[in-house]
Amino acid sequence: MRAFIAGCGRTGAGLAERLAAAGHEVTIMDTSTEAFNRLDHEFPGRALRGDATDEDQLRRAGAEGVDLFFALTEGDNRNILAAQLAAESLGVAQVVAKVNDPVRAEAYRALGLATLCRTRLLVDALATYSGLPRDPGAEGVAPAIGHHQEHDGATAGVAVPVGGR
Amino acid sequence: MYVIIVGGGKVGYYLTKELLAAGHELVLMEKDGRRARQIADEVGSIVLQRDGCEGKHLEEAGAKRAAIVAAVTGDDEDNLVVCQMAKHHFDVPRTIARVNNPRNESLFRHLGVDEIISPTRMALAAIEQDIPVHELLHLAQLPGGRLELIEARITEDSPALGRRASDLSLPEACSLFAIIRGGNAQPIRSDTALEVGDTVLAISRTESENQLHDALIGAAEGGDTD
Repeated sequence: MRAFIAGCGRTGAGLAERLAAAGHEVTIMDTSTEAFNRLDHEFPGRALRGDATDEDQLRRAGAEGVDLFFALTEGDNRNILAAQLAAESLGVAQVVAKVNDPVRAEAYRALGLATLCRTRLLVDALATYSGLPRDPGAEGVAPAIGHHQEHDGATAGVAVPVGGR
Repeated sequence: MYVIIVGGGKVGYYLTKELLAAGHELVLMEKDGRRARQIADEVGSIVLQRDGCEGKHLEEAGAKRAAIVAAVTGDDEDNLVVCQMAKHHFDVPRTIARVNNPRNESLFRHLGVDEIISPTRMALAAIEQDIPVHELLHLAQLPGGRLELIEARITEDSPALGRRASDLSLPEACSLFAIIRGGNAQPIRSDTALEVGDTVLAISRTESENQLHDALIGAAEGGDTD
């Protein structure tokens, strides 16, 4: 499988290493080369400096035609733009955007993006630790809702056009 | 008419002043406290020191009754999110986004932004009048923002060379309407064959520009965008 990761923070770097160790072809992109220090010295994938909200730079980095695209920078809006570029302009079928604002994460699920909301996951983990019941919506990647894509058991959704009315 | 402006930079500031002077009801959202106070000192209490990207704050600003939301910050991603939230979450009839990277224009339109303001595109168009930057020359954007008046020069490498205008596979909603040959303008008839040196005038949708380029000038390297 080919995977593209935007943002080499702790999450991006950690995921890149896991995927690469499992034998997948991984490209990770960040605007700062220093971010790549988080990667293991023996990281076998490609680490490229670039802006994942720029269509041309994504294409040059080979994001077109990957199987999985993860937008994991520290900016919710940057992730939303990068994910929609990947889904709409580059035709990537499985796209996940990290959106830490729960309101925005929910709104973009309705617009066809699979989202991962760290806030909701952490709150739920701590709430259940305190003995509260689970939040059923806070499980891993939340798939896109209200669109006619098919899921084969995978958690990531397929973004579909949400164009004007 | 109630207008929400997001982003109190130069564009947002002057836009606010102009709209106020024209008597519109509006709110300006600027998340930076210092900047927000600075503008409020001048224009009064219509400045809301809030991040317009947050659904909660857009709602507080009255997005549900806004006729227009204009996102004019310096960051394309913020402007996109403001417009998408306004459009799809609050049913705002008209959304306007400032777009800095011209490559984002067609994506933003596709994602439901009604109107695009592109300073880069405007400067580019002004420059291209004198120096061709691309082989397609943008002469003007037609009112409504979706159609452009475009000029293309036929060269020896053009796939359209020697062919009749009616035989070309042009993108949808695209029309060739005149050629300039030997300094004279003439209408394009179905039997007009294109020659080297012809300047073709066309009206096209911004998003089908690549296809028009392929038809008149030849396939660009790096493949099509769609």
